[in-house]
Amino acid sequence: MTSYDIVIVGGGPAGLAAAVSAKKAGTDSILIIERDKELGGILNQCIHNGFGLHTFKEELTGPEYAYRFIEQVYDLGIEYKLDTMVMDISHDKVVTAMNRTEGMFQIQAGAVILAMGCRERPRGALNIPGYRPAGIYSAGTAQRLVNMEGYMPGREVVILGSGDIGLIMARRMTFEGATVKVVAELMPFSGGLKRNIVQCLDDYGIPLKLSHTVVDIEGKERVKAVTIAEVGPDMKPIPGTEERYTCDTLLLSTGLIPENELSRGAGVEMNPVTSGPVVNEVLETNIPGVFACGNVLHVHDLVDYVSEEATRAGENAAKYVQNGCKDEKEGSDIRLVATEGARYTVPCTVNVSRMDENLTVRFRVGAVFKDSFVSVYFDDERVQHRKKRIMAPGEMEQVILQKKKLADYPDLKTITIKIEAE
Amino acid sequence: MEKKNLTCIGCPMGCQITVEVEGEEVFSVTGNTCAIGDKYARQEVTHPERTVTSTVTVTGGEKDRCSVKTKGNIPKEKIFACMDAIDHVKVAAPVRIGDVVIENVCGTGVDVVATKNVDAA
Ligand SMILES: Cc1cc2nc3c(=O)[nH]c(=O)nc-3n(C[C@H](O)[C@H](O)[C@H](O)COP(=O)(O)OP(=O)(O)OC[C@H]3O[C@@H](n4cnc5c(N)ncnc54)[C@H](O)[C@@H]3O)c2cc1C
Ligand code: SF4
Repeated sequence: MTSYDIVIVGGGPAGLAAAVSAKKAGTDSILIIERDKELGGILNQCIHNGFGLHTFKEELTGPEYAYRFIEQVYDLGIEYKLDTMVMDISHDKVVTAMNRTEGMFQIQAGAVILAMGCRERPRGALNIPGYRPAGIYSAGTAQRLVNMEGYMPGREVVILGSGDIGLIMARRMTFEGATVKVVAELMPFSGGLKRNIVQCLDDYGIPLKLSHTVVDIEGKERVKAVTIAEVGPDMKPIPGTEERYTCDTLLLSTGLIPENELSRGAGVEMNPVTSGPVVNEVLETNIPGVFACGNVLHVHDLVDYVSEEATRAGENAAKYVQNGCKDEKEGSDIRLVATEGARYTVPCTVNVSRMDENLTVRFRVGAVFKDSFVSVYFDDERVQHRKKRIMAPGEMEQVILQKKKLADYPDLKTITIKIEAE
Repeated sequence: MEKKNLTCIGCPMGCQITVEVEGEEVFSVTGNTCAIGDKYARQEVTHPERTVTSTVTVTGGEKDRCSVKTKGNIPKEKIFACMDAIDHVKVAAPVRIGDVVIENVCGTGVDVVATKNVDAA
């Protein structure tokens, strides 16, 4: 069996940044495995701009951002396999993969970095009886069709769900001459970035109807019209609020979910809130030497954070293999708990002996909060209290934990993050 | 004086900015986190601009389409004219990131450039 010190599953921005940092940290034997025909992951279809402002201080498009890392992978001579699908990862880090030229093969890895990204949520959101005529697409599929294949799915469009891909596709299809009639969102808030609401809907006068859902789709062969209605607090349509829109296309933008079949197969413990692995301060899962970063860990809206997180995963994986494939830590782990408005944290535990001087803990809120405080408690003592003008489920939040400060609390058991009104 | 509230689009932080403006004159900008926000807000209330991204047809390449962008912002009211110009362009492979696809699109003084490498087939 061939072996590599580090095998990276997925060649999107997470996998690329992890590979680059592991190499720079002194590990040479690295292999990236990507199932697509090119490196870059989802960024290849995200041709809009707005990537990389934090990292490169300029606004890049998705393909340009990806290329900044792809170029480094080339320059550093990091090995990668394209058109190759990882089928299985075993508990002892044997990676089974398959491609056209080599068939099925196995690789023994010293460390594995999970960087498989995410996929669109299944159509369950569209819980209505009747035909399934042509003209219903997930927003991501539509994005691929328009941006990579130059094919327009339709001319008159209704979008269900206000996730970022749906918003971006509203503008993209408007650019290509389609009329986007309405975006209906089931929740009372949008899951998309505010800037996308401004730039993709407001700019073109496309209405966003919050607390609305699709109640009827007309058309046997092809969508002819869609009826939406307002929903009450029980999420049930309110009779009498129906509005009918003629259209030939319905896009479903109902959010993303981390792609973790492989992780589950390997026995990686999952966080039911994020649908991603539970990780510690070095982004390592419950299986020593298996790390996770990017959208497979939790869905990111900002690729800069993906690269930053993946850089740490790469460094930590390099440290792990250079240490003879052993974890080195002292003392016990402190549990991180998200509650009262905060939905989850990444990481889930912190070991002070092994953490960096500053540890970024990322989390999301469960509703929209205005003029509220992000509070951090060390057991029962409040140690951080920071006011934010606005927090929304669509935008990731963070707090920084300092090693110096944690050293003053040797018996600390739990760090709690919550949102407080005052 | 008029107060305008806008959301900064400089980065996904999406800061809520308030601008006090009268005609073309900006009196104050508040709510931004960084200098980009200040610049954006002043611009947006006086001369709104956008970057346009799309794709063009490629001939003789390993792919049929190549993504492109306006190298800088163009006036908002020129977006659709610019899209029209982009729709009428064909480029021959190989294409490199940064290659100029349309010079001075619609007289804006801004070029349309490739944002992806497409090798010859
Ligand atoms: C529509 C959309 C718009 C966005 N807009 C912005 C924006 O404007 N600004 C911004 O900063 N960020 C944006 N983001 C966020 C950012 O692009 C993503 O968070 C980032 O691309 C995630 O990187 P990743 O490497 O984790 O995942 P991906 O890019 O999805 O890469 C994962 C890779 O793993 C591969 N893979 C999966 N399973 C296997 C397997 N079994 N074997 C082999 N390979 C496998 C996949 O083929 C893929 O290439 C956007 C995201 C989306 C979806
Ligand atoms: S003001 Fe700065 S930090 Fe805030 S959204 Fe604009 S660019 Fe981002």
